[in-house]
Amino acid sequence: MDLELVFLAVPTLAKGLWLTAILTIASVAIGFNLGLALAVMRLSKNSAVSGFAKGYSTVFRGTPLLVQLFLFYYGLGQLSFVRDNAVLWWIIGDGVHCAVMALALNTAAYTSEILRGGLISIPGGLVEAAQACGMSRLLRFRRITFPLAIRQALPAYGNELVLVVKGTSLASTITVLEITGHAKRLMSQTYAILEVFAIAGLLYLLINLVLITLIRLLEARLTRHLPR
Amino acid sequence: MELGLWQVWEGGWISAILRGAAITIALGMASMAIGVVIGVGCGLIKWARIFPLMLVVDFYTSVVRGVPELLIIYLLFFSSVEFVAQVAAAFGYEGLAGNGYAFTIAVVAIAAISGAYSTEVVRGALAAIPSGHIEAARALGIPGRRIFHRIIAPQMLRIAVPGMNNVWQTTIKDTALVSVVGLQELMRVAFVGAGSTRHPFIFYLIAALVYLAITLVSQGGFDWIERRLRPRTRK
Repeated sequence: MDLELVFLAVPTLAKGLWLTAILTIASVAIGFNLGLALAVMRLSKNSAVSGFAKGYSTVFRGTPLLVQLFLFYYGLGQLSFVRDNAVLWWIIGDGVHCAVMALALNTAAYTSEILRGGLISIPGGLVEAAQACGMSRLLRFRRITFPLAIRQALPAYGNELVLVVKGTSLASTITVLEITGHAKRLMSQTYAILEVFAIAGLLYLLINLVLITLIRLLEARLTRHLPR
Repeated sequence: MELGLWQVWEGGWISAILRGAAITIALGMASMAIGVVIGVGCGLIKWARIFPLMLVVDFYTSVVRGVPELLIIYLLFFSSVEFVAQVAAAFGYEGLAGNGYAFTIAVVAIAAISGAYSTEVVRGALAAIPSGHIEAARALGIPGRRIFHRIIAPQMLRIAVPGMNNVWQTTIKDTALVSVVGLQELMRVAFVGAGSTRHPFIFYLIAALVYLAITLVSQGGFDWIERRLRPRTRK
């Protein structure tokens, strides 16, 4: 491996690392809450509410993220009412904002499925016991249902986080220069394709390792009462 | 508001989109077929812990599953351009048939990705087979090859189907990514159409609907296979 090239590539790709991290954190923060709301809606007795959540999940999980991204960035960007509306244009008109929105809406669909699985797995007796103690619905959700569901769903959610990190690479197709965007540029400038791939790939593996470790620690903390 | 539906019809884009969809499906199926072969081979290696090969398979699956698909596609496309030109020249071809070349590399890239995910599915399915079944077969003196054909393979197949459904859904969605390197599949056709008619909204909406149709139909297909493979129990 050419050492000079490494000195050129590492700082450039590290610049992209920053943006990849921002894209991931912002879209996970929005997507998790949206996904939680969708998961609760999905279990609603009102068929219109649960139907909407199911349809949302089918559409966003059934189409490629790239299509969603282009539909928002180029498609919605074409429509005049989006251009004239200051708030909408702030979201759609900027590559980073639009990528965060697309990633958040996409991960919300997957998150809702994961959390729904967690919510379903809660034994009915626990919820009944909380009811018998006179807990309100919100308190019950906060103290009983949610902590148990999240503990159940955590390993699957770790996988989803890795998918979000990988998804941020698509932002490079709408002019956002994160790791993959910089990597593509370096590949076509230097022709050192394998070297650039190796460095960029290592950065991604590093991010994933950090995330997986955090999830494992959280999991260990949430199950600290269980015998090992 | 002018959406450009008329331009889609007038410009003959419907048939272009359908051709693109056909290429998407062909690409998905070819990659999935190769991916399953890779998955069964590598899954068996991982399950049986065959020592030196196991390390190679571990490296392959953790890199491919941890690095963005787009980066893998760039790697394979950029690094193969020269190599493929040399191979073609060696066999006496002068100019490369553009789409044929792109299709081949796309299959290699997507198959490598779906192969890594299939490996994990196959390994999981093999691990889910009760070890007592295999021990019982050994105790009866059934030869190893027949144990695989009669005991391991049928159970593995049934357990792996839901996981393979997931891999297929991911694979068909991953094919959209090769549009960035110019293969004329569904996403690329939508991109070109959006550019030349200046109506991106309608083109990407149509592309999204076609992808949705593909995933919903194949979901139905997998549900049917799952029902067929379910063990028949006495009522």
